[in-house]
Amino acid sequence: MRVTFEVNGEEVTADNVWAGESLLYVLRERLGLPGSKNACEQGECGSCTVYLDGSTACSCMIAAGQCEGRTVQTVEGLVEESGEGTDKQLGSVQEAFVEAGAVQCGFCTPGLLVQTDDLLSRTVRTGQEAPADTEIREALAGNLCRCTGYEKIIDAVRLAAEREAEKSGGGAA
Amino acid sequence: MEFLSPSTWEEALAAKSAHPDAVPITGGTDVMVELNFDQHRPPALLDLTRVTELFEWEPDGSQLRLGAGVSYTTIIEKLGRHAPALAQASRSVASPQIRNRGSVGGNLGGASPAGDSHPPLLATDATIELASVRGTRHVPAREFYLGPRRTARQQDELIAAVLLPQPSGPQQFCKIGPRNAMVIAVTAFSLAFNTATREVGTGIGSAGPTPLRATEAEQFLAAEFDWDSGALSEEAIRRFGELVASAARPIDDVRGTADYRKHALSVIARRALGWSVSEYRKGEPQCV
Repeated sequence: MRVTFEVNGEEVTADNVWAGESLLYVLRERLGLPGSKNACEQGECGSCTVYLDGSTACSCMIAAGQCEGRTVQTVEGLVEESGEGTDKQLGSVQEAFVEAGAVQCGFCTPGLLVQTDDLLSRTVRTGQEAPADTEIREALAGNLCRCTGYEKIIDAVRLAAEREAEKSGGGAA
Repeated sequence: MEFLSPSTWEEALAAKSAHPDAVPITGGTDVMVELNFDQHRPPALLDLTRVTELFEWEPDGSQLRLGAGVSYTTIIEKLGRHAPALAQASRSVASPQIRNRGSVGGNLGGASPAGDSHPPLLATDATIELASVRGTRHVPAREFYLGPRRTARQQDELIAAVLLPQPSGPQQFCKIGPRNAMVIAVTAFSLAFNTATREVGTGIGSAGPTPLRATEAEQFLAAEFDWDSGALSEEAIRRFGELVASAARPIDDVRGTADYRKHALSVIARRALGWSVSEYRKGEPQCV
């Protein structure tokens, strides 16, 4: 079957999609968007986390056909325009992960970035206080990482929250 | 394999009638795992995510009508007062990503004895609304589970909604698992007081071929509990735990032994009862 949907602001079409094919497979193998990682294919690890119509989900557990006409945002969509032509730069959450040293092998990183972006959308970006550590841990509970030990990841989320709070003028961090 | 994508409930029922083997999919959190691992290759997938009614909820007389596709996240955020035990159970489901997609309808469709929503549905005496082109019928949750992954749902039927009685007293849900998140229950228990009828309901998860009730424990507690003063002896609380454990029919498996499950059930049943009694005495639901 043919599936047409919006990914990172652009309409895309995938052809010859098998009925049981996952959104993750379509993103990686048909649309050339390898940011979402394929690790467990059973919703355990969170490496393939994307936004579907604004809420986060494991793309391995979405049938591609369910996305017809819907809106998907992947980790690739977290980059920001630099203002000069087509140049892009890392988004603030991505930047914070790099700075805090929260990136090692990088397999879990895309999922953590999307889930962190979602957490910040629900907190500092709406003028609320920066998330407490317990909220950060809860938000990231579905994302496994085998190399960082999580401390630097949590540091990165705190840093991103702080920066975004400053940006939005709340200073809540 | 076909991909059926009805946009209305009538179309969905017609599709299920024409393709009884089609596997309904909403959140995909069970169905896609089986497909990804090639454990199951159904002739068709029946995508229900475009049937908007399945994602709605509304008070319906003395009950809450919860569409089968309403996500756990929505239950947690919006329905804590309408369905306290179910909201507590929803909080313990997997991760945020999965709670955004998973639903009570999916839990009922899969009918794993470990599904987190089953104990609260049993304890609160919820009703499952099943529909097909032949019509709609209502099955009490207490009659819905027939065996491991076997339910009262007929092949041509879809799960439309769950009807939850308005709470009339404290409700609790407890779950034992080796970690805080992303875990299938080793065992789980739910307790609901009905102050209007002076009855209590129970639900046991992951400790039998189906979710179970502890009817003897329910009767014992309803008789022992002083519904006027809220008094209950320590001895009665201990006995209640024993009766709950004795109603379980667990097996030894990778997540725990039968003995451990029985022991854990007696402990969480006592805890749930203790919390419920103190909430009852205060007269206000606490955890909503």
